[in-house]
Amino acid sequence: MSDQAYEKEDFSHHVTSQGTYFAIFAALMVLTALTVWVAFQDFGAMNVPIAFAIAAVKATIVILFFMHVIHSPKLTGVILIGSIVFLGILFVLTFSDYLTRLWSMV
Amino acid sequence: MSEHAVNAHHPALRHHFDDLKQQHAAGTLGMWFFLVTEILFFGPLFFTYALFRSGSLDPSFHQAFIAASHHQNIKLGLTNTIVLIASSLTVALGVYFAQTNKKKALVWMLVLTLICGATFLVIKGIEYNEHFEHHLFPGDNFHWEGAPELARGAQMFYILYFCMTGLHALHMVIGIGIFVYILMRAMRNDFSPDYYVPVEVSGLYWHFVDIVWIFLFPMLYLIDPASKH
Repeated sequence: MSDQAYEKEDFSHHVTSQGTYFAIFAALMVLTALTVWVAFQDFGAMNVPIAFAIAAVKATIVILFFMHVIHSPKLTGVILIGSIVFLGILFVLTFSDYLTRLWSMV
Repeated sequence: MSEHAVNAHHPALRHHFDDLKQQHAAGTLGMWFFLVTEILFFGPLFFTYALFRSGSLDPSFHQAFIAASHHQNIKLGLTNTIVLIASSLTVALGVYFAQTNKKKALVWMLVLTLICGATFLVIKGIEYNEHFEHHLFPGDNFHWEGAPELARGAQMFYILYFCMTGLHALHMVIGIGIFVYILMRAMRNDFSPDYYVPVEVSGLYWHFVDIVWIFLFPMLYLIDPASKH
């Protein structure tokens, strides 16, 4: 990262307000309640995707606001997305192995 | 240029950085790289969970995971979720108070974080104790009182449960150690709006551990709880 790059993106002095932090906390509490409520409803096969989606939304707002990625240099976002891509590779390649084996029993 | 000269004499500035801004950028970036390795460290456990719960290797595991999760205490799991998210709030506010030079408030936020972290571990311990008493710890003493054909899958659920929550709890213990150190430095007045990168990067670690739990809670406690009878 050149001097110019981090001069241009002034992140180190960005102060997120207390109000924002409390709002994020409130949102996380609401989503936690929603997770529990949803678990007791019968959405059939959709229960798992819904639970995962709520957890993903919670993780995203923690990352963006508590972890300040929204005000961080773009490089941080690239590293974060890169790690998710690698996690995806881990899942896709390993599943493509396990799910295509002709095993009746492990 | 004058700002640069001031920075050059800042006691917290390490000699291999041009200025505090660069030092801050390098510090947070380094922490993010570490968190990438952490994501891939937890990743295989999440994969193994998905593989077994899907029932694609052994179809009975799908039902076994539901039955096994019915032995989980949702109230304690929910309490711990709230405690951990609250601790993330206190960490985030700690960064805010460091940035705004409110040193006393920073110390209080760090103390509250430590209390939340310890509370989480105590509740986790109560849960583990319940599992031990019900012979749900995997191994020779594992005893499954439900349908016998689900015993193998139920034991697999508890293997994953103890591995995932155990690794998470280990991260909590390390996090508490880190925050004790940050608290000591905060009480020594080490931090200022110019220099608070240790608070920031420790916070990143703490939030990461929180995010892991955000995923673990529905995975381990909330698998079709309505079907419990």
